[in-house]
Amino acid sequence: MKNLTIGSISAIAIAAAGALSPTIAAAEDYTKYGIAEDLPGTCNYAAIDAKDYSGRTLDVITHAIPVIGEPTALHAEQFAELTGAEVNVVHVPFGDLFQRIMIPFQSGQNAYDVLFYASLWIGDFNRFLAPVPEAYTASSGMSDVTESFKGVATWNGQMVQYPMDGDRHYLKYRTDVFENEELQAKYLADTGNALKIPETWEEYNAVAAYFSGFDWDGDGEENYGSAEVSKRDDLMFSAFISRAAPYAKHPDVKGGFFFDLETMKPLINTPGFVRGLELFIDAQEAFPPGGSSFGLGDEIFSFGGGQTLMSYSWDDAFIQAQQEESRIRNKVAAAPLPGAKEVWNRDTGTWDSFDAPNRAPYMTWGWSSAVSEMSDDKEMAFDFLCFFSNEANTFHDLQIGRFGVNPYRDSHFDTTFWQGLGWEANVADSYVETLSGMEQSTNRVYDLRVPGVGQFMSSMANGVAEAMAGQKSAQEALDGVAKEWADIVDRIGEDRLREAYANVVRLEDG
Amino acid sequence: MLKPKHYFLLPALVTLAAIILFPLLFTVRVSFSSWDVYQAGLDYIGGKNYLRVFADGRFWESLMRLSSLSLITVTLQYVLGFALALAVWKEVKGQRIFRVLFLIPMMTTPVVMSVIWRTMLHESLGPTNDILSMIGIGPVPWLSSAAGAFISVIMVEVWQWTPFMFLLLLAGLVSLPKEPYLAAAIDGAGPWRTFWQVTFPLMAPVSIGAVIIRLIEASKIMDTVYVLTSGGPGTATETPSYYIYIRGLRDFQVGYSAALSLTYLVLMIITLTIIAKLLMRFLVGKEA
Repeated sequence: MKNLTIGSISAIAIAAAGALSPTIAAAEDYTKYGIAEDLPGTCNYAAIDAKDYSGRTLDVITHAIPVIGEPTALHAEQFAELTGAEVNVVHVPFGDLFQRIMIPFQSGQNAYDVLFYASLWIGDFNRFLAPVPEAYTASSGMSDVTESFKGVATWNGQMVQYPMDGDRHYLKYRTDVFENEELQAKYLADTGNALKIPETWEEYNAVAAYFSGFDWDGDGEENYGSAEVSKRDDLMFSAFISRAAPYAKHPDVKGGFFFDLETMKPLINTPGFVRGLELFIDAQEAFPPGGSSFGLGDEIFSFGGGQTLMSYSWDDAFIQAQQEESRIRNKVAAAPLPGAKEVWNRDTGTWDSFDAPNRAPYMTWGWSSAVSEMSDDKEMAFDFLCFFSNEANTFHDLQIGRFGVNPYRDSHFDTTFWQGLGWEANVADSYVETLSGMEQSTNRVYDLRVPGVGQFMSSMANGVAEAMAGQKSAQEALDGVAKEWADIVDRIGEDRLREAYANVVRLEDG
Repeated sequence: MLKPKHYFLLPALVTLAAIILFPLLFTVRVSFSSWDVYQAGLDYIGGKNYLRVFADGRFWESLMRLSSLSLITVTLQYVLGFALALAVWKEVKGQRIFRVLFLIPMMTTPVVMSVIWRTMLHESLGPTNDILSMIGIGPVPWLSSAAGAFISVIMVEVWQWTPFMFLLLLAGLVSLPKEPYLAAAIDGAGPWRTFWQVTFPLMAPVSIGAVIIRLIEASKIMDTVYVLTSGGPGTATETPSYYIYIRGLRDFQVGYSAALSLTYLVLMIITLTIIAKLLMRFLVGKEA
């Protein structure tokens, strides 16, 4: 009830400010804040400028600079200047971020009003978050957020995270190789197959292996086939999910990807996941030297720097390749993640064959934000988040790769915007089509957004790493993970996890 | 009977209790709770966490790995540290510069140095393999093979902490009495014999102290592993400290990581006590 009241009052205030904004916008020049112009919207510069939060303080915790940390600091400074509020920003390395947020939550301390964190932690944090008031869910920016990212921000039917980033894994490849007639002919002569964008992970491995160990771009350095995030504690779990998804996510089998929702029995050691891991292990032969211990930064520089033919993960490597000074600018393109022609059907216990590869787009975790339920100034906190992601700021932040803000609104899927950054039309088209295409898929995979997700992913990453290092076979490693997962379910509570996992299954199954 | 003078001890005792006893006792209490990512607080679950520790193969494997790592690194540090200390012990040209140069690695921040080493050993982008390739070696899988990663961790540890050994041993050498050396010279002992018959035995107490201090430090190795290898490939370089960090701060299994920490602490105290006793018996020839 209290939230509704706050929401209603805020709605009136925001509506009034929004109505006034064109007049104010005409009077004020906000380009000094680094934006091209103040765009119409609920929380645009003019609307926030009309507010007075003098004498009030906002405590914000966010990631280290630059990824998300830099835009947080930038917009916090702008917000403070516009409203008179004092905004304190604490930057924390990723490895410490979870515990720095969780410890105050668990001990009942009102340490931070606003939190920026990985969206997959919603299963752990939702109990401590303030629902987003109606005034903000009805804001201009929020109405533009894609349905899938609204879903990512929602828990038990209520929006508790404030969307400000959109992430997914997709394939990136070098067009100057795939479209090179000489290399096409050479590949055909040597393998008997036409060179084409891989549609399955088997094809991906084959193409990657072929293009490893020789200088195919003529720069005097050896090139390689694939750069992947393979370092155990450096987001490797997400790479594995991308690879296993099309083999384990059957389009006709509902009710859970990581667990069977009914029994909460882990599915991580079922044949689909094992097949994905076997192919991940095989792919190592196409990695650059040291590629078996590549973190996300290495992957970005390997593909973005022109060392490798293909890669898949978040947007960073693609954006890196498209930087103005990049020697491979406009020589890259995006495509959906490879799929699988054989998919494990856990209902029948058999492999089902598909003529067209089964695709299972992975809507991997990205950054999100929220307001603490304990915050004494929720109205100002939500205003800050609304301002952070207003139309002008979002378009500004999307252009700066190191900020880590990626498309999450329908308006971001506009090729002219990306062409305006110097991207050639075919590059921009492939990027927009790939990303927006994932929004249409009915066979998507999401992260395991349940309490204890850190334990589940840490266990899975360790098992995958053991198999990658040759310490165990794929089946042995994933059997070990399944046992650990069953133990975690026992410790946290089967019913509690089932209730949480139902939120994930709803996103996947619709 | 407490006298007024005893009350002057109170501030020190209270401080001691606050900074040493309270955290330790609190950790003991936490280790008997199920404090986890979902269940916060000090409930009581008996010895369940400790039973889990005994069944946790990954923890015991990391402990065995640490034993090898510590043994190799501390031995290398001792040998190199002693050699360097002997080199600048007597009057040599540029003695002061060498002494400062040898100490530089120890004065750098472990995390920062690990980042620099990781960059140097990066198999695609780092300079080490480029340089080795010029003399026909490589590419060496410094961080992507189990053996390479293990050797890399040893290399960084030895580079960083040999100066500490050098410092302690040089201080020991400088304070040695002159008389035994005069006697050895009169008896016609050469440098080799003088070292083994005079210097080494006289340095035994200092050596034992230095080795034990380094073993204690080496047993806590965390930052180098965290930055350089993240415990990989697989679990090839995972040490107990890093494993406890993962369980406690990444997985947020607070109760279980407390049990792991205490088990580890007890094992370290017992092991290092035994090692100190054995070293005293064999090097000094008497009970400590």
